[in-house]
Amino acid sequence: MADKKSTRQAYGEYLVKLGEKNQNLVVLDADLSGATKTNIFKKACPERHFNVGIAEANLMGMSAGLATAGKIPFASTFAIFGAGRAYEIIRNSICYPKLNVKIALTHSGISVGEDGGSHQSIEDIALMRVLPNMTVLSPADAVETEKMMDAAMAIDGPVYIRLGRSDVPVLFNEDYQFEIGKAGLLKSGEDVTIVATGMMVGPAMEAADLLKIDAVSASVLNMGSIKPIDVTAIKDAAVNTGALVTAEEHSIIGGLGSAVAEVLCDVAPVPLERVGVKDLFGQSGKVAPLMEKYGLTAKDIVAAAKKAIQRK
Amino acid sequence: MAFLEETVRGIRKDIVKMIGKAASGHPGGSLSSAEILTLLYFEQMNVDENNPRKEDRDRFVLSKGHAAPVLYATLAAKGFFPRAELENLRQLGSILQGHPDMNKVPGVDMSTGSLGQGISVAAGMALAGKMDNKDHKIYALLGDGELQEGLVWEAAMAASHYQLNNLIALVDNNNLQIDGAICEVMSPFPIDSKFEAFGWNVITVEDGHDFDELRTAVEAAKKSEDKPTVIICKTVKGKCVSFMENNAGWHGKGPNAEEVKQALAELEA
Ligand SMILES: Cc1ncc(C[n+]2csc(CCOP(=O)(O)OP(=O)(O)O)c2C)c(N)n1
Ligand SMILES: [Mg+2]
Repeated sequence: MADKKSTRQAYGEYLVKLGEKNQNLVVLDADLSGATKTNIFKKACPERHFNVGIAEANLMGMSAGLATAGKIPFASTFAIFGAGRAYEIIRNSICYPKLNVKIALTHSGISVGEDGGSHQSIEDIALMRVLPNMTVLSPADAVETEKMMDAAMAIDGPVYIRLGRSDVPVLFNEDYQFEIGKAGLLKSGEDVTIVATGMMVGPAMEAADLLKIDAVSASVLNMGSIKPIDVTAIKDAAVNTGALVTAEEHSIIGGLGSAVAEVLCDVAPVPLERVGVKDLFGQSGKVAPLMEKYGLTAKDIVAAAKKAIQRK
Repeated sequence: MAFLEETVRGIRKDIVKMIGKAASGHPGGSLSSAEILTLLYFEQMNVDENNPRKEDRDRFVLSKGHAAPVLYATLAAKGFFPRAELENLRQLGSILQGHPDMNKVPGVDMSTGSLGQGISVAAGMALAGKMDNKDHKIYALLGDGELQEGLVWEAAMAASHYQLNNLIALVDNNNLQIDGAICEVMSPFPIDSKFEAFGWNVITVEDGHDFDELRTAVEAAKKSEDKPTVIICKTVKGKCVSFMENNAGWHGKGPNAEEVKQALAELEA
């Protein structure tokens, strides 16, 4: 693997491999195949790639129909249009009948950059997470993307895979094991646990290193499987470190932070600080300054960790 | 006449410069609709740059919101805000977001960017105009790829149902979308008879870069008595920049310094 790769790139490339193994796999896109990278699959396998045009509602409806006939559709567009525009089709034609559709949406979060707030999806985890029968996966890097696609293929039912536009460091090697419903403990510490997902896992690791300088020992938990969520891992973190921080490139309302808060209030209430977008829309800009502006950096995680520890 | 020609040339130069400076944005669909916006803002629409929210103004909704640069360049040329602002396209904190924001930019009547929604909003504006017995017009500019969105046709049905003759939609029929030719990706053709079947008055402009033809169409549309009107403008994506013309690759990409130079040289000529 390269040092850095976007999860959308990994998705497009790995679709080709999955498609070779399973002839029922079909890919649907909505006039964004260059950006979602499904054009890589299209090149390898044009007869199983369908571009429905700029029509996200129909993208999801047709995927549902294909699934009723035993096909395994991977439906892709930007997160804002797939989870947003087509939401109720996903609910009523994919999740309600529990059809085997894999919804892989790219350009999630603020890191979309210059296109601005209308295109930056900071609510898709929330939208997908509330749907019964839906599995919600959020890969941290290219390797985890592939493992999650394997896991999605192995189950019969709707899966949402949240992908990003920007290149992110490759954190895992090929031996990395992913299991739906299981978190990965990347670092073990005593004072606080940082629970991160997606492109915030890198900054979470960095934050743990920064905290060490200040003699704070932090655990880092990679929560790639947001639904089902790893209740045991969260409970263990609460018991062992007594304070938690969540970090996600998503609104602090309804996403990973909320999911962890729900578990904590059920099983082990301890202080929790949520790093994420604070109920605001995004805006145009370059990625790094945007992440700073919206409080999505290692520095922000460090500050949140200290605050959570103080509240113990 | 020469005035419109000079104005549109300046707008095209600003489009190229600002997207070049931002190193991202959508030149193709901005250049294809430059005459349409120039004619509307400099001749046909009742707008006041000194009072952008004037109540009885005509409204313009850029339903194909990714063409924000043509709207920004036109509004700046008209004097809604200083042209120097164009330098800040897509920068953090700028009023000129990647897609138009009605709460940030003087003269922008609706925030857009998600295709299909603008025409629906425009139908709502037109309905409000009817309720309040106003005689201003609502203009909406759509992409031809955008016509693939179901919402466009839901709005089209409602507009004729409510006899919104104050609604004038323009289609920038440049035959391209992101993934290629519209007829290959997902054909919206025939566009004219579809709108006709939805109860619209349909006018086709054979050369969407010809001010006289556009003017005749818009003036006819304004006279429609009981139907909304769609003006299908046949255009060239990337118009007036040779290497961008009819090239889907220039849908959403910023030109580099060398390309900006070449484009500006062509536009000066
Ligand atoms: C709902 C929605 N889906 C997808 C997009 C992404 N997108 C931006 S521009 C574009 C192609 C538009 O093609 P067309 O309407 O023909 O515009 P033009 O050629 O005039 O630029 C797409 C798919 C979007 N902005 N909104
Ligand atoms: Mg087009």
